[in-house]
Amino acid sequence: MAPRLEVRNVSLKLHNKNTLQNVSLQLEPGCIASILGPSGCGKTTLLRALAGFQPVASGEIYVHERLFSKARFTLAPEKRHISMMFQDLALFPHLTVRQNICFGLKSLSESDQRARARAVLELIELEHKGEKYPHQLSSGQQQRVALARALAPKPEILLLDEPFSNLDPDLREQVATGVRKILKHENVTAILVTHDQNEAFAMADEIGVMAGGRIEQWDSAYNIYHRPKTRFVADFIGLGSMLPATVLDAHTLDTEFGRMQGHLDPSFACGEEVDLLVRPDDLPHDDSSPITALVEEKRFRGAEFLYKLRLQSGNSVLCYASSHHDHQIGEPIGIKLDIEHLVIFTRQSPLSPGDSP
Amino acid sequence: MGTRNEALVPLGFSQRFRQQKSNLGWLFFAVCTALLLSIPVVTVLYSVTLPTSDIWAHLRSTVLADYALNSLVLAVGVCLGTSLIGITTAWLCSAYSFPGRKLFSWTLLLPLAFPPYIIAYTYTGMLDFAGPVQTSLRTIFDWEYGDYWFPEIRSIVGATIMISLVLYPYVYLLLRTAFSEQSSSLREASHMFGVGSYKTLFTIILPMARPALVAGLTLVVMETLADYGTVHYFGVPTFTTGILRTWFGLGDRVAATQLASLLLLCVFAVILAERYSRKAVRYQNPAKVQKGWRYPLSGTKAIAAIVICSLPVLLGFVVPALQLGAWTLRTAPEIIDYSFLTLIINTVQLAVIVTLIIITASAVLAYGKRVGTHFSIPYTVNLSSMGYAVPGVIIAVGVLLPFAWLDNTLDAWLQQNLGISSGLILTGTLISLAFAHVVRFMAIGLNSVDASLAKIHRSIDDAAQLLGRKTFERFASIHLPMIRGGILTAALLVFVEVTKELPATLVLRPFDFNTLAVRTYELASDERLADASSSALLIVAISVLPILILNRSIIQSGVVHGAQT
Repeated sequence: MAPRLEVRNVSLKLHNKNTLQNVSLQLEPGCIASILGPSGCGKTTLLRALAGFQPVASGEIYVHERLFSKARFTLAPEKRHISMMFQDLALFPHLTVRQNICFGLKSLSESDQRARARAVLELIELEHKGEKYPHQLSSGQQQRVALARALAPKPEILLLDEPFSNLDPDLREQVATGVRKILKHENVTAILVTHDQNEAFAMADEIGVMAGGRIEQWDSAYNIYHRPKTRFVADFIGLGSMLPATVLDAHTLDTEFGRMQGHLDPSFACGEEVDLLVRPDDLPHDDSSPITALVEEKRFRGAEFLYKLRLQSGNSVLCYASSHHDHQIGEPIGIKLDIEHLVIFTRQSPLSPGDSP
Repeated sequence: MGTRNEALVPLGFSQRFRQQKSNLGWLFFAVCTALLLSIPVVTVLYSVTLPTSDIWAHLRSTVLADYALNSLVLAVGVCLGTSLIGITTAWLCSAYSFPGRKLFSWTLLLPLAFPPYIIAYTYTGMLDFAGPVQTSLRTIFDWEYGDYWFPEIRSIVGATIMISLVLYPYVYLLLRTAFSEQSSSLREASHMFGVGSYKTLFTIILPMARPALVAGLTLVVMETLADYGTVHYFGVPTFTTGILRTWFGLGDRVAATQLASLLLLCVFAVILAERYSRKAVRYQNPAKVQKGWRYPLSGTKAIAAIVICSLPVLLGFVVPALQLGAWTLRTAPEIIDYSFLTLIINTVQLAVIVTLIIITASAVLAYGKRVGTHFSIPYTVNLSSMGYAVPGVIIAVGVLLPFAWLDNTLDAWLQQNLGISSGLILTGTLISLAFAHVVRFMAIGLNSVDASLAKIHRSIDDAAQLLGRKTFERFASIHLPMIRGGILTAALLVFVEVTKELPATLVLRPFDFNTLAVRTYELASDERLADASSSALLIVAISVLPILILNRSIIQSGVVHGAQT
């Protein structure tokens, strides 16, 4: 089957800055992807280029093998049959919920409009709120109406521009999971733009991490976390620290925790000095371990402690310990390295344990 | 006015990333509108290049210095007067609580409803020899004519007081808004350092509100320089009276236009000065505005505050309104007849035509500005709203000269080629009159519509577009219903301004076409002040409406602002 969306080498400049550089991606029908990145990385620009609000300087955008954008050609947004759920929802305040939902259905007959509106209202479980005005609804309900309005015309692609950023952080994942269920039910092809990795993990089948106008890695959530391809992705996703190591052979690393066996990126030569990515969950606390480290900082997280430890070499690492293991700052505790994926990068100046979001 | 609605809406990505092709048809309309509306100002400025006539030598040696000096004295005097009243009342109503404060906070705006010429007529009628004040004095003290001294209101001092009494609300309103946007924690901090109330006002509060004060005084100066009715009636020769005297009295249109260009340069100088002062000073309020606490006054202090706040309301609105009412009761049976009805119909007809044109053009221009990105857009919009700074007399002169030329050229061509006469198509009809008003008041419509549109977040446009609506469909189905309130307010403001406008109507009205304002002027000029009261009172009554709405919308925006911060 042909991909629903294909972006080929799209570049564009805004304010004389390269905002997108050679961005390429493909999306299968029904796939939910997430573009994840810090603010200013170009993710919103990419979304606006897909919607047709932003002309591209080079490259092409195809939907269903139909050309949507290329240099000096931009199909008007209103002709793209793409829907978008906006950060501020952008519900029309002077229209009722039903009128909002029917706004994109003007090509249908009256009765078809009514039927479709009823169907999506049912989907978002707001069957009885059709005649209300947006301001009469709670923010969660408004959120669902915005989704329903975007879904009503059965778009080729649904774009979601940080739609959950106004929600309570506790609520975000829950809402994202609910939205995912609805999107899957409707078999919608969707792209979610966000800077919140939990939101991306909860929603997406595939995740693209963006930085500096480029897609750094396009992969599953699992691989993005466990097999980051670039130092940026490793740093941006999850917590972690870099441990100096030396490549001994194609399968062996030498670290201060001893030798580690596993699959190594073959592009590194034997004897090369590298940094090994160590996630806090790779370093379980073990009182019986001969290797100890001093507690430098600690943060209580309810079910567990996040410790920042200083190793004997002077390097710092992060480690999770069950919250029963309450150690004082300055106290030595035993740890072991239990690492499954050996992710290594060319050696750089020492990286402090990331406090990335 | 400086309400900061833009601060309420977070700067979305849409604004930053907007890049769309401009619609060429719209661009054409915008440029044409801007060029058309700039005709009067361009004409007046162009007149400088024309050769000067002998009349200039005459003007220079006789009256020009008087015009300049009187205009200057009047402008400075009115600035002082409006500052005194405006600062005091705004400060009292913002910083203190006393009985009646809420009532004063909006009644202090009411004098705006009086056009300067109407309050001038009213006070003249009250204070002249046969008026109620002097008559009572004579009765009480048993004086005869010549026994006592009484100040002459028909003087430059009188004009200054009259104009100050009705223009101080500009200063009051802008300062009140500025004070309310200042954090009360600043005031408290100042008090904590042991600085007293008055010193705090002059060292902290007022310097911080300087941009608002300067903006208010700029409006005051512009209105003062534009005034014709008051100074003409009081016999104070200024630029505006001089322009019309040179035009009609001396019959020299070019010299009159050149005189107008002098006045126009003064107005531009004032505007530039205001811009400069705004650029030079950028005070920043603390991000978080601490609101609300007012120092309670009691006893003699509270009474003093009440007296200070009630004086401008009484003198600027209640007393003259009562006087007009009394006169109207006496003279209405004779005055209110068929011809009075014609006056109302004429006035409404003119106001409705002008309002419709302005609102339509404003909607097109403002929405075009929203969807287009052509580099010329800010210029076209600015050029279109320039007329508001230009006194009505100047616009009248600037309209009459080119329109008369067009009329004559057309007529001559038709007579020569077709043997028929077109007469005066433009200058003799409502067209030139309506056009002048559109030029003068376009800015009101444009600013209101623009401000309402600015409150609509750009993502609304994007959403409607993605849901399949083209540019015009979006305007009709989304923007128009959403800015209905703003458009109605704009329409009301324009309607009222057209009703009040005197000099442009006076100069450009078609033969036998009278409006309420012109009739008031004519009757007053004939010393039939009591007879002028019916039309004057009607103008004031109509003018009160937008003040009430204006006040309400400012209070509301204040509430929203407070809730957001």
